[in-house]
Amino acid sequence: MGNSALANEAVKSVALTGNEAVATAMRQIHPDVVAAYPITPQTEIVQIFSTFVADGLVQTEFVPVESEHSAMSATVGASAAGARAMTATSANGLALMWEVLYIAAGLRLPIVMPVVNRALSAPINIHCDHSDTMGARDSGWIQLYSENAQEAYDNLIQAVRIAEHPEVNLPVMVMMDGFIISHGMENVFLLSDEEVRKFVGERKPHYTLLDAENPITVGPLDLQDFYFEHRRQQAEAMFNADKVVQEVADEFAKLSGRQYEFFEAYKLDDAEMAIVVIGSTAGTAKYVVNELRAKGVKAGLLKMRMFRPFPAARLREALADIPAVAVMDRADSLAACGGPLFGDLRAALYSASKRPLMNNYIYGLGGRDVTLDHIRTVYQDLEEMLRTGEVKREINYLGVRE
Amino acid sequence: MATLKEMASKEELFTGGHRACAGCAFPIAAKLALKAANNPVVVACATGCMEVATTIYPYTAWKSSFIHSAFENAAATISGVEAAWQALTRKGKLDQKFDLIAFGGDGGTYDIGFQALSGAMERGHNILYICYDNGAYMNTGVQRSSATPFGTHTTTSPAGRVQQGKRQLRKDLTQIIAAHGVPYVAQTTTGHWSDYVKKVEKALAVDGPAFINVLAPCRLGWGYPPEDTVKIAQEAVQCCFWPAYEVENGVWRITVKVREKTPVADWLKKQARFRHLFRPGNEGLLEEIQAEVDRKWAELLKRTEESAELSA
Repeated sequence: MGNSALANEAVKSVALTGNEAVATAMRQIHPDVVAAYPITPQTEIVQIFSTFVADGLVQTEFVPVESEHSAMSATVGASAAGARAMTATSANGLALMWEVLYIAAGLRLPIVMPVVNRALSAPINIHCDHSDTMGARDSGWIQLYSENAQEAYDNLIQAVRIAEHPEVNLPVMVMMDGFIISHGMENVFLLSDEEVRKFVGERKPHYTLLDAENPITVGPLDLQDFYFEHRRQQAEAMFNADKVVQEVADEFAKLSGRQYEFFEAYKLDDAEMAIVVIGSTAGTAKYVVNELRAKGVKAGLLKMRMFRPFPAARLREALADIPAVAVMDRADSLAACGGPLFGDLRAALYSASKRPLMNNYIYGLGGRDVTLDHIRTVYQDLEEMLRTGEVKREINYLGVRE
Repeated sequence: MATLKEMASKEELFTGGHRACAGCAFPIAAKLALKAANNPVVVACATGCMEVATTIYPYTAWKSSFIHSAFENAAATISGVEAAWQALTRKGKLDQKFDLIAFGGDGGTYDIGFQALSGAMERGHNILYICYDNGAYMNTGVQRSSATPFGTHTTTSPAGRVQQGKRQLRKDLTQIIAAHGVPYVAQTTTGHWSDYVKKVEKALAVDGPAFINVLAPCRLGWGYPPEDTVKIAQEAVQCCFWPAYEVENGVWRITVKVREKTPVADWLKKQARFRHLFRPGNEGLLEEIQAEVDRKWAELLKRTEESAELSA
C-alpha cells in the first residue's frame, strides 16, 4: 500500500506488511526523536518513517546516523535529555549496538526499539532467525516477541507505556520475524491516532539533561561501593516489569479488544504434549495442533510473548503438568546444550514437583522454511516420548541436512 | 570576549575537588569552555581521564548537566541531546537555549570515536566538540594513539633496541574536520587561555557544528614537572609543532603569531617521552621531526595566505 494510506488515521483495518504496521505505530506514538540506520529487513521502517518526517506528518527530529552504534548512542542522549526516543534495527545492526544496549538499560532509559529478527553473520544471511535478539537477552532490555504484524503493532504501542512506567524505566525491544512478518502482508486493525496518542500519553521523566534549573550528572564512574546497588535496582525494575506488562496489556485490551498475556496458551489446559515456540512459527504450529486435535490427539502449544523478564513461575504453572514438552528455538546458543529458550525453560521447571519430559529443536536458522511436516515430526517425537517415557534425543536440529 | 575579570566573577560550572593529577591540563580546557558559555550547558563526555576523574559516584565536578555513555560515542550522544532539544523546542515543551559541548580525549576522538565525530559533523548538529589532545591513551597508562607524534615513546610504541618510539606520523585531525566544511574549526592549547576562550565563544555562536582541538599536556605521559603544564603547551605553539589557528567558514587564520620559531628539539628535550631521541645515533630522527614540523607549518602558512586572498 502507498504511504498515503499509512498516514490516514480514518483507516481502521488495512492490509499492511509488518514493517508498515510498525512504522505506522511509530507515527502514532509520535516520538520526539528517532535516530536510526537502515539494515535489511528493517530498512523499510526507517524509510517509511522518513517520509512521515518529510511530509510533516510528525514533528519528530529524525537523526540519520552513520551507524547503529551511533543510532543507539544518539537515542541514549536524546532519552537522557527527556525526549521520547526510538530507533529500529536487525541482526548485525543490533550486534553493533551491543555495548550501548547495556548502557541504555543501565542508565534506566525508557527507549523503545522494534527489532526485525534476522540471522547473525557469519555466514552472512539476511533472513529470519532469532540469534540477534537472543544474544541480547541479558542486556537488561525487556523483550516482547510478536507472531504477526498485528502483534508487532500492538506490542510496540504497549512498549512505550511499559518502558516509561516509573517502576520500570527500562528499554523495551519489540520483535517480529524478518521477511516472514516484516514483508508479509496481512490485515491489521489500527487504532486511531487519537487513541494511540491518549494511550501512550506524554513522557514525564524524573530528571533530564535539559532542565536548566536542575542540572544532573548521568553515567558517572561507579565503583565497588555503589555499582552493585545500582545493578540491584536495575534487577528490581525487571522484577517489577511483569506486573506492569500485564497492567498495560489489560488497559490495551479495553481500548483495542485484543488481550495480551505473557504467553499465549493454545489448547494447553488438557494437553498431553506441547510445543513451546516464539514468533511466526506459532501460526504454523497452531495449524498442526488443530489437525491433531481433530484426530483426538491432546496436543497444545505455548507461544512466548515476553521473553525478558522471563515469566518463569507462570511458565512452570502452565507446563509442569504436561507430560511431554518440545521447546523450539530459532537460535542456537552454540553452547552444545540447546537453544536459549530451552535452557531457560528447563531451569524454570526444575523446581516443579512434577516435570515434563523435554527436548529441544533448533530450527529455521537463516530463514530456513518451517513447514507443517516439520511441526508434525515434532509432535510425532512427543508421542513417542509419551509412549516410551524416554527422551530419545535431547537436542535436535530440525529441517537441516546432517 | 569577556574580560578576565568578568570571567573570574562568573559561576564555576566545572568545580574543584575532582581527582585529576596535579598539573593535568584537561581541567583548564573544561573550566574555561564552561566559563565561555552564555547559556546553560550540557556536556557529553567520552570515557577517559576527564570522565573518570570528575564523576566518581556519588560526586561530580560538573554544575552543568553532564552525560557519559561510552568511549567512542560522545559525538553521537550529544547529537541525540541536540535532537531532543530541537524536537522538544518545536513541540513547545521547552523554551530555553543550551550550549551543547562534547569532550573527548585524542583516543576517544581521533581513533575509536572518529566515525561518530565525522557523522555528527556531517549531519550539522548545533554542537561544539572539544578534543583535549594529550597525544596518547593516558587514562589506560600512556598507549599510542593516532594523535601520538612520530618518535614518541609510549607503552605500546616503546623506545627499544631496534625501534625508537612511534614509527608513524600523527593524524592531522583538525584539518580532517575542516575538510567536513563545518562552520568553525580551530586548534589551540590549554596554555593559551585567551585564544581558547575566544575560540569557544566563536564556536558556540555559530549555527551548526564546531570543533576545537586543544592540546592538553599530560605531565605523566609526557614526563615533565607539573608546574610546567602551561609553559610546555605554549612552547608547542612557539616551535610550530602545534600552531594555533582557526578555520571560520572556510577562512584559515593563524590566531597566535609565532614571532620567532624555536627548534622543535628544544621542546622535545623537556619531555621524557622523547628522551631516547637525544641518544647518539638518533640525530636523524630529530632531523626528520624538524623537517615534518617545517613542512606542515609552511603548508599552513600557504593555506592561510591563499585563504586571505580568496576572502579579500
